[in-house]
Amino acid sequence: MTHHTTSPRFKDNAKAALVDPELQKALHFVETNFPQRRRNVADMLPEFDALRDAARDIKNHTLSFLDLYLETFETRATARGSQVHFAVTAEEANRIVADICRTHGAKTITKGKSMVGEETGLNAFLEANGFAPVETDLGEYIIQIRHELPSHIIMPAVHLRKAQIEADFRRVHKDLPKERNLDEPAALLAEARATLRAKFLAADVGITGANFLIAETGSAVIVTNEGNGDLTATLPKVHIVLASIEKIVPSLEDMAQLMRVLARSATGQEMSVYTTIFTGPRRPDDPDGPVEHHIVIVDNGRTAMLAGKFRDMLRCIRCGACLNHCPVYHAVGGHAYGWVYPGPMGAVLTPSLIGIDKAGHLPNASTFCGRCEEVCPVRIPLPRLMRFWREREFERRLSPTVQRTGLKLWAFFAKRPRLYRLATAPAMQVLAWFGRKQGRFRFLPLATGWTKHRDLPAPQGKTFQEQWRERGRP
Amino acid sequence: MTARDLVFGSIRRALGVTGLEEPRRKAVQDRLRDHPRGVIPKRGQLGAEERIALFLAKIEAVSGTTQRIASLDDLPAAVAEYLRAHNLPLVLKRGADPVLAAAPWEREPALTVAVGATGGDDLVAMSHAYGAAAETGTLVLLSGPNNPTTLNFLPDNHIVVVAPDTVAGDYESVLAALRDKFGAEGLPRAVNLVTGPSRSADIEQTLILGAHGPRRLHVILVEGAPFSEKGRVNA
Repeated sequence: MTHHTTSPRFKDNAKAALVDPELQKALHFVETNFPQRRRNVADMLPEFDALRDAARDIKNHTLSFLDLYLETFETRATARGSQVHFAVTAEEANRIVADICRTHGAKTITKGKSMVGEETGLNAFLEANGFAPVETDLGEYIIQIRHELPSHIIMPAVHLRKAQIEADFRRVHKDLPKERNLDEPAALLAEARATLRAKFLAADVGITGANFLIAETGSAVIVTNEGNGDLTATLPKVHIVLASIEKIVPSLEDMAQLMRVLARSATGQEMSVYTTIFTGPRRPDDPDGPVEHHIVIVDNGRTAMLAGKFRDMLRCIRCGACLNHCPVYHAVGGHAYGWVYPGPMGAVLTPSLIGIDKAGHLPNASTFCGRCEEVCPVRIPLPRLMRFWREREFERRLSPTVQRTGLKLWAFFAKRPRLYRLATAPAMQVLAWFGRKQGRFRFLPLATGWTKHRDLPAPQGKTFQEQWRERGRP
Repeated sequence: MTARDLVFGSIRRALGVTGLEEPRRKAVQDRLRDHPRGVIPKRGQLGAEERIALFLAKIEAVSGTTQRIASLDDLPAAVAEYLRAHNLPLVLKRGADPVLAAAPWEREPALTVAVGATGGDDLVAMSHAYGAAAETGTLVLLSGPNNPTTLNFLPDNHIVVVAPDTVAGDYESVLAALRDKFGAEGLPRAVNLVTGPSRSADIEQTLILGAHGPRRLHVILVEGAPFSEKGRVNA
């Protein structure tokens, strides 16, 4: 299973998504459900905004002392018997995981949902090395059997409708009776549960991500609703945690603060069902738990972000609120973005990780409405960061010639107010005259990029500046 | 250069530090020593009775069920009644927890209580929570022979016994109590914070209970007997 990056084809992806009726119905769910759910739980907690400030401050503090907290984490996790590995690149991280699997002769490998694992292409790497990892989060399992990337960072299969999932289950679960009834979502869940239960019990190695690493205790924290993360971490004899460097927080109290904003922002729950603090492998008198506990800490481009304008992005706790509130995500869904991270957070992160030359469309696919920043639990200034990418793209001459020339032409006039007024006033009069009957244009030469999809309202005859002056507000 | 050296080198270059600066090291040591509490929601800062009421209401709000009994003596009957009400066989698995062991199980001769971890063949498990946070109805369970972790996840039905004096208002109080008991560097292998039965909404965002973990979570609050280490949760 390999995933091709289609970010350079964002425009084509988006066009296809807009005319996909099933996808549009699925996306309608996101738009109608999630903002309301988040609003409800936020309103129930008067301290919610103060907690967002606290969450931002904890992340900022930790990033300024990242080396020292990582050092502390490593020392304490090692003291508890965990084996801590570091990886500079995705490839290195994958190799470390594959080597551990090989050492233990892993036949069955279960996986909890891990966005870093998606980022490093871990499944494809393991498969290329003769292993068959099984995703256990229901949504992640569905996209694995469809050979797709997740379309959302917390609800990987949110782009699918029930009938599509039913068809996939019938295709893959061949040993089950053909005439079985899968009409209800509960029946699909029951089938996945039974199929995956057998995998959980057979697994030799379990691989999960981490929502937090706690420096103080040397622990990895995993948050799920299904319990699949815990079964993956508890039943096999080896548990491997894959986590990126910015997952670290100083103390248990800091984790508690972040927990309070995570589930509320993500699914609109007050608390996820399972939050587990894992520290080290099985103790001598423990009746269950893995005998080996590995933690693989991955950089993969993050230290480069730490140095520059994109450090704020490293506060991200992967809740998905910015996707759930984004009008562009609502319109085109996650796959259009063409890589692992969609929506506003993806528009900032993807160019950092795969290059602005490949992902240049993403920071441009925004109306800058600002809802993402408004709902971000760690207050990442996402529109500002997308603007940084646009600037960088312009500086590196990656934006199209027409756009660059147009902007230059506009800048020429904008810097000369008298000339600007001289040019715009007659233009507005002419446009107003032509549009006087309809009040709008269905077609306008040189503006087809706009009129192809919507009408352009006709100007009223005078420019904004003229009206401003007339009303005596110079 | 190892990968570790490269990662630390890049971080330090990005931050413009060597990692040896004394003020930075002190800042981190102080933070870890003081572990400041941030914003604590007022919601859970209540008197004992109101706090218990909030705790139980929050569990019910996430599809858990709750019950209060007067003493540990009533536990076997309450459990048997719960199992009968759900048409379940009168068989359950628990760990070596001394509180659970102290209940007079012989009063329910029809009830079979096995002790140990589970390999997935048990329908019903019972655990004793270390503590709880009322603010979201969250149970705190510790791994080990007393309450094996597998009992929290594999059986379809999970019954959890909670002592009222271990129910704190907020997460921070329970976590601080854990640190006091085990030390910051000595946490049990797994600390499970459990809020309701397992669920998934991955199919058309329809919420369904019992994704991979228990379909039912039943919390029994046992009054009366001060069977926990008194005052261990600074509630």
